[in-house]
Amino acid sequence: MKFLGKIGYTIGLPAVLLLGWWAYASIVPNFFVPPPGVVATAFLDVWVSERFLTDVLPSIARLLVGLGIAILLGSALGLTIGCVRWLRDVLEPVLEFIRAIPPTITIPVLLLLVGINDTMKITVIVLGSMWPVLLNTVEGVRAIDPVLSDTAQVYRIRGFARLWHLTVPSASPQIMAGVRQSLSLGLILMVISEMFAANEGLGFAIVQFQRTFAIPEMWSGIVLLGLIGIALSIVFQIVQTRVLAWYFGLREVSNAV
Amino acid sequence: MSFSNTGSVDGSRAATAVPGSRRGVSLSKWKSPRLRRVLRGTVGILGFLIVWQMVPLLGLADPQYLPPATDVIVVFVQKLTEPSFLIAVSQTMKAWVLGFGISVGSGVIIGLIIGSSTFLKRATHSTIEFLRPIPSVAMIPLAVLFFGIKLESELFLIFLAAFWPVLIQVMYGIADVDKVAEDTARSMQLGFVSRIRYLVWPTVLPYLLTGIRLAAAIALVMAITTELIIGTPGLGKSVVQAQANNQITLMFALILTSGVIGVAINGLTRVFEHQVLFWHHSVRAEIAA
Repeated sequence: MKFLGKIGYTIGLPAVLLLGWWAYASIVPNFFVPPPGVVATAFLDVWVSERFLTDVLPSIARLLVGLGIAILLGSALGLTIGCVRWLRDVLEPVLEFIRAIPPTITIPVLLLLVGINDTMKITVIVLGSMWPVLLNTVEGVRAIDPVLSDTAQVYRIRGFARLWHLTVPSASPQIMAGVRQSLSLGLILMVISEMFAANEGLGFAIVQFQRTFAIPEMWSGIVLLGLIGIALSIVFQIVQTRVLAWYFGLREVSNAV
Repeated sequence: MSFSNTGSVDGSRAATAVPGSRRGVSLSKWKSPRLRRVLRGTVGILGFLIVWQMVPLLGLADPQYLPPATDVIVVFVQKLTEPSFLIAVSQTMKAWVLGFGISVGSGVIIGLIIGSSTFLKRATHSTIEFLRPIPSVAMIPLAVLFFGIKLESELFLIFLAAFWPVLIQVMYGIADVDKVAEDTARSMQLGFVSRIRYLVWPTVLPYLLTGIRLAAAIALVMAITTELIIGTPGLGKSVVQAQANNQITLMFALILTSGVIGVAINGLTRVFEHQVLFWHHSVRAEIAA
């Protein structure tokens, strides 16, 4: 019974919404809002085909490469900047400024500097999604528990040992929070860079469908982008519960007391 | 914890009357480290500008595509008095203000409603987790079809992006209400209104302000992105036009402008956060540090 209730809660509202969509589309026929069935058919027709190899896979590959570089670069730079006090003071205003620039506005410039190719799209993703990781890492390093940091100092834990056993674990909840922001930002930048300048890729395909009024196909593209977003967030959550198991456990304990 | 906080919330009213004295103490006491930070920051900015200036001049990058810093700053300053530029900025800001306001308002209301009810929380959990990761830019074609190339499209897309952080933060905040404080409130027989006022609100507020800070930044990104992609009037559209006319220096000046606006928005939200949350331990710790 409990199990059934859980399922009911999980699929109840989505089912109602889907039904509402279907009812709306069939009662008020609207060219722009095809019923869910039509979108589902279009989804299978469009994406379970050659297009998956030519449009979807390259997009996802660019996204993953860009995110990987952004996360590595962001946390490495963040750890360095966070650990060295004078460096942090020197760079803070510049970093604040660069972060405040909406990353999408740099796309036209990167287009000129790098040209329309994979490098440009990956550069856009890296440059845009690196900042949340970098700045969160700096914040995380800065917010190390002073008791722990003093203890490490008393025991003369320095250099790499300090970095690995104190700094990285202390900052990791913050780093993960940054990674989470980076994922959604990276996906946005992937789509935008393809919408703005590309002849293949998911973003390009969706805009193309819209311009040719292939409405069900356009909807199916939106659904696919949504699914990619959801898949990214699920993978993230799995990784996070693994990496931060100790942290969540700690918080639960301190909450229960 | 929340109860000690509520104490300061009431006390805070009195404290705001004399902020000068508190600031005065911290200034005289921490003057030298703060001064050092400002100096170092200035060195950083100058260094950045010098590098930017030198890279095209030394031929490390094509000056045609990466104009030196001084050129860009000159154009930026010139633009500050040009009506077309100011209109573009005001159009972007209008979209930002409206979109941000709609997102925060609806996020708070819906968040409070869903967060206070276990049933609603359970019933909407899967839907929220499903809808939230969908990138708002995926809806760009839809916005064009529904609203055309108008402000409404921009607001729709800003809302889709900036609504979630507010909603989620408010719900987190309600879930984070201290168990001991909750039990204490119950045994003290606090009524509904005072429970909201003294128990829920002080716990939600820091979360809400985080949501507001995120939403403010996201709203700006989405406003400019929409202008860039679908061509609603504003800074983003100006960048595209500058690109079409091959005015590279102008493009950089416009990007600089967007950065200045972004810094202003981040700074304002942070100041607002500090003002509202000065009683909270996170802010107090920062002042002490």
